[in-house]
Amino acid sequence: MHDQTVTQLAAALKSGELSSREITAHYLQRIERLDDKLNSFISVTAERALNAAEAADKARADGHAHALAGIPLALKDIFCTQSVKTSCGSKMLDNFVAPYDATVVEKLEAAHTVSLGKTNMDEFAMGSSNENSHYGPVKNPWDLKAVPGGSSGGSAAAVAAGLVPAALGTDTGGSIRQPAAFCGITGLKPTYGRVSRYGMIAYASSLDQAGPMARSASDCAHLMNVIAGHDVRDSTSAARGVPDYTENLDAPLSGLKIGLPKEYFGDGLDADVERAVREAVRVYESLGATVREVSLPHTHYAIPAYYVIAPAEASSNLSRFDGVRFGHRCEDPKDLIDLYTRTRQEGFGEEVKRRILIGTHTLSEGFFDAYYIKAQKVRRLIRQDFLDAFEDVDVLMGPAAPTTAFNLGAKKDPVSMYLQDIYTIAVNLAGIPGISVPAGFAHGRPVGLQILGTHFAEAQLLNVAHQFQQATDWHRHLPALAEENA
Amino acid sequence: MALEESHVRRAAHLARLAISDDQANRFVDDLSRILEMVDQLQQVNTDNVAPLAHPLDATQRLRADEVTETDRREQYQRCAPATEEGLYLVPRVVE
Amino acid sequence: MQWETVIGLEVHVQLATRSKIFSGSSTAFGSEPNTQASAVDLGLPGSLPVLNEQAVAMAVQFGLAVHAEIPEVSVFDRKNYFYPDLPKGYQTSQMYHPIVGAGEVEITLDDDVTKRIRIHHAHLEEDAGKSLHEDFQGMTGIDLNRAGTPLLEIVSEPDMRSAKEAAAYLKAIHSIVTYLGISDGNMAEGSMRCDVNVSVRPKGADAFGTRAEIKNVNSFRFVERAIAFEVERQIELIEDGGKVVQETRLFDPERDETRSMRTKEEANDYRYFPCPDLLPVVLDQAYLDHLKTLLPELPADKRARFQNELGLSAYDANVLATSREMAEFFEEAYQVCGDAKQAANWVQGELSGALNRENLAIHQSPVSAQQLGGLIERVVDGTINGKAAKEVFQALWNGQGGSADEVIESKGLKQVTDSGAIEAMIDQVIAESPAQVAQYRDAEPDKRGKMIGYFVGQVMKASRGTANPQQVNGLLKQKLDALL
Repeated sequence: MHDQTVTQLAAALKSGELSSREITAHYLQRIERLDDKLNSFISVTAERALNAAEAADKARADGHAHALAGIPLALKDIFCTQSVKTSCGSKMLDNFVAPYDATVVEKLEAAHTVSLGKTNMDEFAMGSSNENSHYGPVKNPWDLKAVPGGSSGGSAAAVAAGLVPAALGTDTGGSIRQPAAFCGITGLKPTYGRVSRYGMIAYASSLDQAGPMARSASDCAHLMNVIAGHDVRDSTSAARGVPDYTENLDAPLSGLKIGLPKEYFGDGLDADVERAVREAVRVYESLGATVREVSLPHTHYAIPAYYVIAPAEASSNLSRFDGVRFGHRCEDPKDLIDLYTRTRQEGFGEEVKRRILIGTHTLSEGFFDAYYIKAQKVRRLIRQDFLDAFEDVDVLMGPAAPTTAFNLGAKKDPVSMYLQDIYTIAVNLAGIPGISVPAGFAHGRPVGLQILGTHFAEAQLLNVAHQFQQATDWHRHLPALAEENA
Repeated sequence: MALEESHVRRAAHLARLAISDDQANRFVDDLSRILEMVDQLQQVNTDNVAPLAHPLDATQRLRADEVTETDRREQYQRCAPATEEGLYLVPRVVE
Repeated sequence: MQWETVIGLEVHVQLATRSKIFSGSSTAFGSEPNTQASAVDLGLPGSLPVLNEQAVAMAVQFGLAVHAEIPEVSVFDRKNYFYPDLPKGYQTSQMYHPIVGAGEVEITLDDDVTKRIRIHHAHLEEDAGKSLHEDFQGMTGIDLNRAGTPLLEIVSEPDMRSAKEAAAYLKAIHSIVTYLGISDGNMAEGSMRCDVNVSVRPKGADAFGTRAEIKNVNSFRFVERAIAFEVERQIELIEDGGKVVQETRLFDPERDETRSMRTKEEANDYRYFPCPDLLPVVLDQAYLDHLKTLLPELPADKRARFQNELGLSAYDANVLATSREMAEFFEEAYQVCGDAKQAANWVQGELSGALNRENLAIHQSPVSAQQLGGLIERVVDGTINGKAAKEVFQALWNGQGGSADEVIESKGLKQVTDSGAIEAMIDQVIAESPAQVAQYRDAEPDKRGKMIGYFVGQVMKASRGTANPQQVNGLLKQKLDALL
């Protein structure tokens, strides 16, 4: 059952072949059996899940169920959930049970999907390897020596290992697409503002976006139908209609114009990864697409711009963790400054502190213009690169990451870790959508093909990805660990 | 722009982070390398380019002036480290 | 040396919205601690702000009222600092692109001297919570009910040159915001607070001296006293060879002094940057035009109209126009009686006196504007004399009768102007006062004018106050002189 897609499970639920209780129990058993090796979950909520499954079965029996009613899912531990801890991967929130549900959580519950628990992540979504979690690193199911990518590494590993059919992640600089690529699954980062950020703990507010991570593009489309849409509680949420993302999946690709940004195939790109990506592009040509090289001239400046803007926003977003109203508080603070400094010293991990310090420094007097304003200007140029490219082509394609999953502990220097996000980060700065789909293997580890579209082109990206998955079976491969018997 | 330890100390103070001498040294190293990478921005000609704060050119939507919240103090304070008589407690603030 | 004082004010006005600036919590004053603090107000992780349209409308109305430029785009920024009453670790404010641009306010000084004070800008921001320093196991308690209440911060240019001007400016702002109904202006409850920037310089100098900022002054009187103290302190300091340091000071009304808020902190660095959770606020001309149509007549215009069209003195016009309620009360009474001067006198005299004695606001007045107008009308048309009018007013105040006419009727206060009736009363008084008549006759002619008062009093008494005093006087004189 664990190799089934959401689309297949939903059909089985609809026909009555399977009940949600059966499916849910099956996945809970798999988590129980396999997650010790992966550490992909921070909280597993078995009892709640079984209750929700029963409610979903009942809703189906009553004949008014949503298409996904009864489908088990997992949530990155960044989405606030009532009655279940929301840690954001941090000691700071190890004791935090949110008094409210995130908008996407409400939407998923309204559709009677079944949450199995909350997945591991880099602390406050800051990281590209999932090694920055207070709850320990997550392992890549394809090779336990490898990282799953980050920051949504728990969601990616859990889906890849068949511990859950699909999960939600968030993506601020590549945190859905890169772990999806590393773990051989499909992950969509929607257009900024397409999915509500309300109740999603903020890292960098102008970049953060939630999205689905699943076995296929079709599954992502089904999940997008539930989570996308305007939210009056989020000022940055896009007030525009939501299409049926599954409607267009089967549209033929003949005449599709694909652009290959030359900057995405340059120095630093692993040769075997490049080979897999170019092979995938050839598949598209066989489907009737035309391919041309394009240029995104400011690509090189995306990481520098990001490491000003994201830490600046983060330094301010994380000020609320002060030990007063929620979360960790140091023992016996002797005065106010001691309360603040010790609470934050104890509650935050190294990378979070690093980014708070960078952000605080670059916003401070004398540095603001040179760093922050400059980065925002470069951000406009980066967005313009994409908008110019989309004048000529329908979608852009390239690798999701310069290498396949690297080994745990391999990247000790923060800057070399940051460079991992070279192909994903500009997308967040520009606010456009991007999807990573499995496109083969290099060095025995999965390779992700990244497909980018213009603002609100999710339906098109899903169609383009789905057609690839009709023509290939890379997305059906499962790691050996997933097939282990008890 | 070279980063000095005083910058890190000042940022740590503004951000209310206690850092040891050891950590301060490490952060100076890390942050220096990060800022060196960031300094590549200075190579970009941004004359006549307006800063971009949001990726979409959307404008602020306004909410009707209605009271929609009810008293949920009890739920909200369940996750609070220290409260008394409905107040959040902090070490004495000297004005 | 001659010194000149330079003052600029930052006035924080709590806007009278029902809900907070970024959340749907109530802004009502005086509730149990933290019962009006929602997830957004508490800065719970994941919560997000959405801007209140009424806060925007109120800010813009203020801008229009002070003839300010209203930029098409305004932007919210974050002001970052840690304090327990600031839940998110930043205050959402407007640093670089405020909602209201440069404008000006006219202030009225003694009688009819007016002066224009320029407004640099006004911006929207959220209020902080409150720290309660009562002893909670040696801790401070934090109440966040006030956190997120919309504030309009109105920043003046340093255009004021005396404590009096500063107080007049503050009154003018108070008057405008209460006219517009965008704030209750209640300074005791903190609905209006101000920070005062004060410096001194040698008279005639161009450069400004170093200024001190006096924080959180919350009454008109305190503004004057704080400035008076601060000016004296700075002048003494400089004359003794010292230097004013740029610092924040607090006014202590009990000791009548300002003192330095000796914070151990070095200068703050607020790291303002555009709030990424909020988008630019864009206002189009149609919206501004619409709000313009909703503006009431403003104090300065009213004052001018009262003087020019109703013929009131500058003083009366100013006093009446300062409060919208008083101005409207006056105008209604005037509409009824048709005599502006009399209406102004009654509102400022008898009515204000009575209200003050019983500590009532004008909207609580037991005598309505209609009733007062009816009363004045009867004075003007001679139906009652001044003495009777006071009696009627008192009766109306006490709820004895629905209108002046009713009271006049029931108490028989109608003025007697029938000469025959008055003559009859005079004849009787003269007949009953032979001794006084004799004295009158024997007195020196220039003393007689004084002595007539006795007879007038007797006649008025006989008429129970209703005889027309002028007529009584004239007829008495004729009759007494006839006896000489």
